[in-house]
Amino acid sequence: MTHLPYIAAAYGLAVLVGAGFAVDAWLRVGRARRKLEAIDPRRHGARPGREHAG
Amino acid sequence: MVCSVDSTPALAPSPARSLHRFANPGRFLRISGWLLPWLAIPALVLTLGGLAWGLFVAPPDYQQGDAVRIIYIHVPAAWLASGGYLALALCSAVALVWRHPLADLAAVEIGPVGAAFTALCLATGSLWGKPMWGAWWVWDARLTSVLVLFFLYLGHIALVRAFDDPTRGYRAGAILALVGVVNLPVIKFSVDWWNTLHQPSTLTISGAPSMHVDMLWPLLVCIAGFSLGFAAIVTARLRAAVMERRIRGLLLAQAQAA
Repeated sequence: MTHLPYIAAAYGLAVLVGAGFAVDAWLRVGRARRKLEAIDPRRHGARPGREHAG
Repeated sequence: MVCSVDSTPALAPSPARSLHRFANPGRFLRISGWLLPWLAIPALVLTLGGLAWGLFVAPPDYQQGDAVRIIYIHVPAAWLASGGYLALALCSAVALVWRHPLADLAAVEIGPVGAAFTALCLATGSLWGKPMWGAWWVWDARLTSVLVLFFLYLGHIALVRAFDDPTRGYRAGAILALVGVVNLPVIKFSVDWWNTLHQPSTLTISGAPSMHVDMLWPLLVCIAGFSLGFAAIVTARLRAAVMERRIRGLLLAQAQAA
């Protein structure tokens, strides 16, 4: 395969950006959900989005 | 502070009423929670499949050799750089005109993701340009206008976080986003308006694609996968932002009650 270092760098960057943002979003949702369940009196025993919220 | 459908004026015009139906955080979390796996799983399958197809199966170009495989990342990233900014500007317009309480959050969450994909587009363009043009960068109209787009994203990210009152930051960011829309046609038509080193558009709506079908299909799969991935990431970030706003509201209420 010609130009292998350039191709590897491009694919590596793509994986890094995609996976980085995906993992960050997943962790952020998890953190927010846990904190909300801990302090929101309407959410005891309910997962966010499965109950009425206003 | 949490906004809800209850704040919708009774005599609001029809488009605003239909938009505000989705302003209820509970409804948004329900819909987005259902939607997220339908975005994320196909995104993962299509992106990995498209990249593997482009890397191992698609033929090399007769002139560029295997360096052509970089387009399977560069073109979807370029599409999302412009498409993401258009989505950011639309959310900003909805937030400014209809004061939709989720539109400003959506604009804030699109910004960093769009900036990252614009940076990826510029970086992969450089990685392709060095072996093909002999230079990492040239001050070509297409490259320069995409660099301006990257700075617009950075400006938006900085501006929405620059005020103590988030509402003022969202408003300033929305105005910047709308002004920056003028750059999108410049990016699109730069290769037609000026004599650029960057090649003309490979994919057009009206004309036939200027590439072989064996290269076109993996490219289309990558574009679909990247687009779904972008939507999934923004949806997840928006879910987190809605919950974080609710947390801030609850903590404030608890502090005031104490």
